[in-house]
Amino acid sequence: MSKSQEWPSWEVFTQNKNGEAHEHAGNVHAPDAEIALMNARDVYGRRQEAVNIWVVPSTAITASTPEDVGSFFDPANDKMYRWPNYFKTPDGIKQI
Amino acid sequence: MENQLTAEEITKREMEFDAKIAKGIVVEPKDWMPDRYRKQLLRMMSQHAHSEVVGMLPEGNWLTRAPSLMRKAVLLAKIQDEAGHGLYIYSAAETLGTDRAEMIDQLLSGHAKYSSIFNYPTLNWADMGAIGWLVDGAAIVNQTVLAKCSYGPYSRAMVRICKEENFHNKQGYQIMAYLMKGTKEQQEMAQDAMNRFWWPSLMMFGPHDTNSPNSGDLMKWKVKLQTNDDLRQRFIDRTVPQAEAIGLKIPDPDLKWNPQTRHYDFGEINWEEFNNVIKGNGPCNRLRMKQRRDAHENGAWVRSAALAYAEKHGK
Ligand SMILES: [Fe+2]
Ligand SMILES: [Fe+2]
Repeated sequence: MSKSQEWPSWEVFTQNKNGEAHEHAGNVHAPDAEIALMNARDVYGRRQEAVNIWVVPSTAITASTPEDVGSFFDPANDKMYRWPNYFKTPDGIKQI
Repeated sequence: MENQLTAEEITKREMEFDAKIAKGIVVEPKDWMPDRYRKQLLRMMSQHAHSEVVGMLPEGNWLTRAPSLMRKAVLLAKIQDEAGHGLYIYSAAETLGTDRAEMIDQLLSGHAKYSSIFNYPTLNWADMGAIGWLVDGAAIVNQTVLAKCSYGPYSRAMVRICKEENFHNKQGYQIMAYLMKGTKEQQEMAQDAMNRFWWPSLMMFGPHDTNSPNSGDLMKWKVKLQTNDDLRQRFIDRTVPQAEAIGLKIPDPDLKWNPQTRHYDFGEINWEEFNNVIKGNGPCNRLRMKQRRDAHENGAWVRSAALAYAEKHGK
């Protein structure tokens, strides 16, 4: 089989339970979305780990790069006031 | 990427990398990593994935002859898990930049290794018990440690696999326990399987530490967290009482509990046999490779037909 004939890769996201968010489970190779879903079910859902599955062509994912980790996420660093425990409240105050 | 870096820059990055590993930071696919780390990991992971896939063959041999429908369903589910394990690990290995097709090519052309245990034949039904209990048991000891390794995708695949291995281990032990409660012939069958699979299971942990050339780097980079000999000892310590509980004898006259070390002492492994099997001269090496190649070739038309269908319908 030549290279060009390989089945492309799909990223698989599974929802564990109704109401929960989908989480990345891994990937599968498949010729199309329909078979990707079936393969994903067989590979990542054999023990009721999924009530719903998304498959996305792996090439469609854009990710931030590790090199940018500083500059890209930096703006959050000096804004500690975004967290509630930054603010001190007078003693004896409850329920805030 | 490494080509664009000067030798000086590489050394600097390697030091940063080592420091990161020492701190217990997990490495992800797009992070910079030393070439040797990538290569060693790829070698280990592809061997591991191949082992899962080839490992389906000895058990597949008994699918049509399982003694009951229930046993058959369990064995089928167990083997299907192993196919899944192969896929998880191939998919984790692909994050290092080599695609699955290339790894499979290396296996089919005989350039890649897989675990030597799968080159032994499965001669009777009790072998299904011995494999699940001993072979998967040894795999669990190995994989539980690998689940804490420094490479994120590999470690996550191991976590997933470990959850499934306990089923494999227990169903195997239950087959053995059941036979040991049966007729004299059944007990002998179980003991015979034990006699044939015990030593090859110990070999699964690889050569002695003194003979394991890649161990140093792998330990430093936390790809390996324990040495071959430590893992082997752990397997023996947990398995011997399980054997005794159901009346199976360990085929090793030197096996003895050592109250000083609080471990079992055991006899020397036949390394000549081990090396022979690794070199391709085990009882079933050629058969296993032929079965894999046939399966791959016979499935080729399905793979191209599915792709042609997808292209035609613009999916
Ligand atoms: Fe497995
Ligand atoms: Fe297993």
